Amino acid sequence: MADYIQETLALTMRWVTRLSRERFSLLFTLAQPMLFWLILFGSLFQGAVDIRGIDAPNYMSFLAAGVVVMTVLNNGLAGGVDLLFDKENGFLERLLTSPISRSSIIVSRYIFVMGITSMQVVVILLVAYFFGVHPETGFGGVAGTVIIGLLFGIGLTSISMAMAFAVKSHGDFFSVIGFLSLPAIFLSTALVPFDAMPGWMAFLAHLNPMTYAIEAIRSLILVGWALAPLVKVVLVMIAFDALCLYGSVGIFKRNVG
Amino acid sequence: MTQQASDGSTAIEVVGLTKRYDTVDAISDINFQIKTGEIFGLLGPNGAGKTTTLRILITVLTPTSGSARVHGFDVCQEATKVRRIIGYVPQERAIDRFLSGREHLLLLGDLYHLSKQDTLRRIDEILKLVNLEDKADQRARDYSGGMKRKLDIACGLIPDPKVLFMDEPTLGLDVESRLRIWEHVLGLKERGITVVLTTNYLDEADQLCDRVAIIDEGKVRVIGSPKKLKADLGGDGISLALLESEREIDTLMSSLQALPGIRTVKANGAGLDIRVDTAEAALPRVLETVAKSGHGVDAIDYHRPRLDDVFVAHTGHAFRNEASVNTDG
Ligand SMILES: Nc1ncnc2c1ncn2[C@@H]1O[C@H](COP(=O)(O)OP(=O)(O)OP(=O)(O)O)[C@@H](O)[C@H]1O
Ligand SMILES: [Mg+2]
Repeated sequence: MADYIQETLALTMRWVTRLSRERFSLLFTLAQPMLFWLILFGSLFQGAVDIRGIDAPNYMSFLAAGVVVMTVLNNGLAGGVDLLFDKENGFLERLLTSPISRSSIIVSRYIFVMGITSMQVVVILLVAYFFGVHPETGFGGVAGTVIIGLLFGIGLTSISMAMAFAVKSHGDFFSVIGFLSLPAIFLSTALVPFDAMPGWMAFLAHLNPMTYAIEAIRSLILVGWALAPLVKVVLVMIAFDALCLYGSVGIFKRNVG
Repeated sequence: MTQQASDGSTAIEVVGLTKRYDTVDAISDINFQIKTGEIFGLLGPNGAGKTTTLRILITVLTPTSGSARVHGFDVCQEATKVRRIIGYVPQERAIDRFLSGREHLLLLGDLYHLSKQDTLRRIDEILKLVNLEDKADQRARDYSGGMKRKLDIACGLIPDPKVLFMDEPTLGLDVESRLRIWEHVLGLKERGITVVLTTNYLDEADQLCDRVAIIDEGKVRVIGSPKKLKADLGGDGISLALLESEREIDTLMSSLQALPGIRTVKANGAGLDIRVDTAEAALPRVLETVAKSGHGVDAIDYHRPRLDDVFVAHTGHAFRNEASVNTDG
């Protein structure tokens, strides 16, 4: 157990060191959702409270939940990228020849991605606060938001890591990610509510687990501690994570088992 | 099966190792034993199956059939035990360009579950050994090829391994760096470490390795010390470059073949490669025969057996390599 902690900690710290050395990329990762989505996109539509079905004082307080979950989505889907590079430059092989429990590589990645995502979620809510988005549920709601984000993020990170091991080239990896991420955003309630969507889109949005994370967080921000969306999101996320893990574990075992 | 060695024990035993990809065998039925304290080379051209063999030994690839043991531990069943006693220097520079050299070694110290003091002590020692002390705190991104290679070796030494595996340790290095790496390897041998390396440099196999296994198209063709392999081959080689090399030479070849003291005659495009009992005795007769046939001689070269002759004798074709910069043996 002491060995496991030692190796997992060391691997996690490696991801942290790498990120801290990539100042530019760090800045972009952190700032992109805030700058682009929240501030620019939010301000653009700030006046548009008359979008059908928006039940919020202004567009930005509606959008905040969407930006949080989009960030979780992007971080999660990109969660396997560093493993992909490790695989391609042979560093992974070096790790695999050391006497570690190989799950520590996977676990270190979860810890890192989840840690970064949580921090980002908090920063987004903080920036939103300065733009007048004051969550009904206060600090408790912030904690709830982070937890929902983590629940969604675990499944996404699993898919991403599994894909990093499975793909033949990193071009494939980035194509698939690009292919998944935009539809996931537009076929959810991230930017507009169900009522503003054509029927078929609303239907697909109902099948998108991301929608449930957004709705629950939005309810924490705009409504308060309403039970229904929270119960729904927990059930959907458990099913989603179980499905993702079920699909990934076999690939993990084959590649780093 | 015990062989003469520093302490006689077997470090590695490979039996019937085969790895199949789809329908082709990357390696098939590989057998060899490596003694403790030996420098053992897997020599072969590109695609011969050297890396495949090595990756099975370092427990990252499962063989289709056959088995391999490192100090008695099976590489499949007892992989973790094997991993504890081996070090690995990969073929590609497996380096994280965002970390400094020292950070690489600290990370590995934790992965081998060393205590902080042990790690620090070992890092000092290893950095001195590979001569990387000055650059240890610099980002690996800024290292030269040779420095990266040194860091790779340093990483391989962190576990204080009984066996160090090195895949093409000097590929793409300049002559001076290659010699320095050879010195390091010899130093490791002195410390009792068994070194298994792959190479497609004939001179490296010849000068550095105690024994080599010549691998070609996935099969071991012959194993032995370079000295013995060359001695077993016997005889000398004569190379003739002919003028008007496009002329018909079959008649010439058969009349040469008929001479006493001639072993084999092979056309090589520009002329002939002839193996003879002794060059001194054969050369006059060979030249006379060539003159009689009406061919003109452009250049003559004769030499004692070299490792490339050994390779030709056991594989039936010349040693060729896209990556090779230096193929004299
Ligand atoms: N993952 C793989 N899938 C299919 N074929 C493979 C795979 N890995 C290796 N091979 C094939 O197995 C053969 C042996 O490859 P290997 O990498 O062991 O050669 P090598 O002797 O190390 O060559 P080099 O000197 O170029 O490093 C090659 O023909 C290669 O194409
Ligand atoms: Mg190779």
